[in-house]
Amino acid sequence: MVKNKQAHSGVWILAEQADGKVQRISYELLTRGRDLADKRHTDLTAIIFGSDINAKDLQALIDCGADKVIAMEAAGLEHFLVEPYACCMLKVIEDYRPEIIIAGATSTGRTLMPYIAIKANAGLTADCTVLDIEEGTGHLLQTRPAIGGNILATIKTPQHRPQMATVRPHSTKPATKQEGRTGEIVHLKAPAECLASRINRVAFISDESQHGLQEADIVVAVGRGIKKGENMTLTEPLCESLEAALGATRDVVDRGWLSYPHQIGLSGKTVSPKLYLAVGISGTIQHLAGMQTSETIVAINTDPDAQIFNVADFGIVGNLFDVLPVLAERIRKARNHQ
Amino acid sequence: MRIIVPIKQVPETNAVKMDSETGTMIRDGVEAIINPLDLYAIESAIQLREEHGGEIIALSMGPPKAAAALREAIAMGCDSAVLLSDKAFAGADTWATSYVLAKAVEHMGDYDLIICGERATDGDTGQVGPGIASFLDLPVATYIGKVDQVSKKSCRLHRLVENGHEVLDVELPAVLTMVKEVADPRLPTLRGKQRAKKVDLPVWTATDINADADKLGLAGSPTRVVKIFRPQVARQCEKIIAMDESDIDRAVDRLVTFLQKKDFI
Ligand SMILES: Cc1cc2nc3c(=O)[nH]c(=O)nc-3n(C[C@H](O)[C@H](O)[C@H](O)COP(=O)(O)OP(=O)(O)OC[C@H]3O[C@@H](n4cnc5c(N)ncnc54)[C@H](O)[C@@H]3O)c2cc1C
Ligand SMILES: Nc1ncnc2c1ncn2[C@@H]1O[C@H](COP(=O)(O)O)[C@@H](O)[C@H]1O
Repeated sequence: MVKNKQAHSGVWILAEQADGKVQRISYELLTRGRDLADKRHTDLTAIIFGSDINAKDLQALIDCGADKVIAMEAAGLEHFLVEPYACCMLKVIEDYRPEIIIAGATSTGRTLMPYIAIKANAGLTADCTVLDIEEGTGHLLQTRPAIGGNILATIKTPQHRPQMATVRPHSTKPATKQEGRTGEIVHLKAPAECLASRINRVAFISDESQHGLQEADIVVAVGRGIKKGENMTLTEPLCESLEAALGATRDVVDRGWLSYPHQIGLSGKTVSPKLYLAVGISGTIQHLAGMQTSETIVAINTDPDAQIFNVADFGIVGNLFDVLPVLAERIRKARNHQ
Repeated sequence: MRIIVPIKQVPETNAVKMDSETGTMIRDGVEAIINPLDLYAIESAIQLREEHGGEIIALSMGPPKAAAALREAIAMGCDSAVLLSDKAFAGADTWATSYVLAKAVEHMGDYDLIICGERATDGDTGQVGPGIASFLDLPVATYIGKVDQVSKKSCRLHRLVENGHEVLDVELPAVLTMVKEVADPRLPTLRGKQRAKKVDLPVWTATDINADADKLGLAGSPTRVVKIFRPQVARQCEKIIAMDESDIDRAVDRLVTFLQKKDFI
C-alpha cells in the first residue's frame, strides 16, 4: 500500500451503525465525502460493518450521496471491537484501494482509524474541521486545530495512500435524500480468520444524561460568569422557556458545577444548534472550537471586549444575574401569547 | 504486574500566547509539563501496583529536557523511567512516534499493560495509544474510566462511549488509554522527589531499540504540515450595552424581537 498512488482511487466514508441502524455521523460524513468525491471527479463509497443492518438504511446511504455501499456483516461485527473491525477493513482496503478514507472522530473512529493507519502505512489526521482537495496535485488537505486550538494546521499526505482523516461529529450538517439517486449495494462476507477478538464486550450501560445536547436545536451554555454552582438554577427558567439543552465551558465543568457530558469545546462536545446562547462565557479559542458553527449565536457578558462577541450575532453587555430572569420571563410571555 | 506508561512532555497550553503579527506561538517562558491527561494513566498504574504488586516504567520520546517529565513521574511513584532521545526522532507524526514507542516497549521485554493518556494536549490526536497497539499487534481499549477484576490473564474495563459505557473483558497484555474518570492523580511526595533526583535515567537512541532508520522522525512520517495559521472568527454583532434596569428592559426587548424574527420564539 506504500507509495503507489496510481493504484488508489475513490473516496470512502466509514459509516457507523448501532443495533443495525445507521447512525447520524454517517450522513454527516456523506456531506463531506460527496464534496471531496466531486472535486476529485470520483466515486463516493460508504463502508459499514455490523450484523443485520437495516436494508432501508443502506439504501438511504445511496439516497443521501453514496455511489456505492459496501456492507460487511457477521455476528462478530455487531458491536465495535477493534481487532475484527480492523482486520476486515484492512482486507477491504487491500481489495478496493481507496484514495481517501474519512471517519467520525467518535469513540469508534478514533480507535479504529489509528489502528488501521499503522498497518496500512497511511497518514492519519485527527479531528479535522475542514477537508479540501489541493488544486493541481489532488492531495487531500486536512485542516485541524492544534496547540489547544490556538492555531490551525493544514496537513497533507503527499506520498502514502490511502489518506485518512477523522472529523468531529456535528461539525457538518447531515446529507439529506435527493430524488433519483442510484447506486450499488455490495454485501461482503466477513473473512472467518478476521473474527477473533481478545476483547469481549460483556455489557452496555446506557447513560441518559449524555443524550440531548448535540441534538438540541437550542443550547444555553454557561461559563464561569455564573460564579457558583448554586447559581446554576438561574438558567432553568430560560432553558425551560426556550426548550433548550444546557451546556458549559470547561471551567464550569472543572469546578464541578456541571458534569463532563455538558462540556462544549475542544476537549468536550461539538455542537451546531440553530441557536446558541452563551451566558458568562469569555469565548476562548478552545470553547469556540466546539460551538462556532452554530447558526445564530447570542452572548451575554459584562465585559464589552469579551471575545465571544466576535462570533456573536447579537450581544448584551450586561450582568447575567440581572438579564437572565427578565429574559426568561419575557420569552415565556411571548410564547404564551402565540 | 509490569506496567509501561508512555508519557509526553507538553507546553503548558493555557499559557501559550500567540504573536498576533506573525501568527506564531510565543514559546519563551512557557513551562513544559507532563501532559495533564497522562497523570490519570500514571495514577491508575500506581493503584494497580498497590493492589497487585509489580513495577511501573515511564517512557517518553522527546528532547533531552523531557527527562524532567520522567523524573516527575518517578516522584509520583513510578519505579523507573526511560527516555527515547535521538536527533533522528525529530519531526515525527503519530505514525513515527507510535513506531518508536512500540520498538522501545519490545526492547523492554515482558509486560502486562501499556497505559497511555487519552491524548496529548499539544498534538491532541489520541492516536498514539492505538498506534502502539497496532505495531505490537495487541488489543487496545480506549476511553477507559474504570479497571477491575484484574488477573494475570485479563481485566475488566469500563469504556466511555457516546451514550454510556461498555463493559469489556480484555486479555493481557493490552494497551489502554485512560480518561479523567479513572482516578484522581496524586501529588509527588517528598521522598518520591528525592528519589527522582538521584535515580539513574537511561537514554535510548534509535540503535538501542533496533529501529529501522527510514521509519523515524520526519522521514518516516506519512503526514506533512503544509500551513499553520490563526483561526479567523468574526460575525457582525449587534451589541447592546445594558447597565441599569431600563437599559436591561430595552436590551431584552430587542433580543426578544431578534429571536422572534428568527422564529425561535
Ligand atoms: C487543551 C485545552 C483544551 C480546552 N478545552 C476546552 C473546552 O473543550 N471547552 C472549554 O470551554 N474550554 C476549554 N479549555 C479552557 C479554555 O481555555 C478556557 O479556560 C475556558 O473556556 C474559559 O471558560 P469561561 O468562559 O467559562 O471562563 P472565563 O474565561 O473566566 O470567562 C468568564 C466570563 O464571564 C464574564 N462574566 C463574569 N461575571 C459576569 C456576570 N455577572 N454577567 C455576565 N458575564 C459575566 C466575564 O466577563 C468573562 O468573560 C481548554 C483549554 C486547553 C488548554
Ligand atoms: N512522545 C511521546 N512519548 C511518550 N508517550 C507519548 C508520546 N506522544 C504521545 N504519547 C502517549 O500517547 C498518548 C496520546 O497522545 P497523542 O496521540 O499525541 O494525542 C499520550 O497521552 C501519551 O500517553
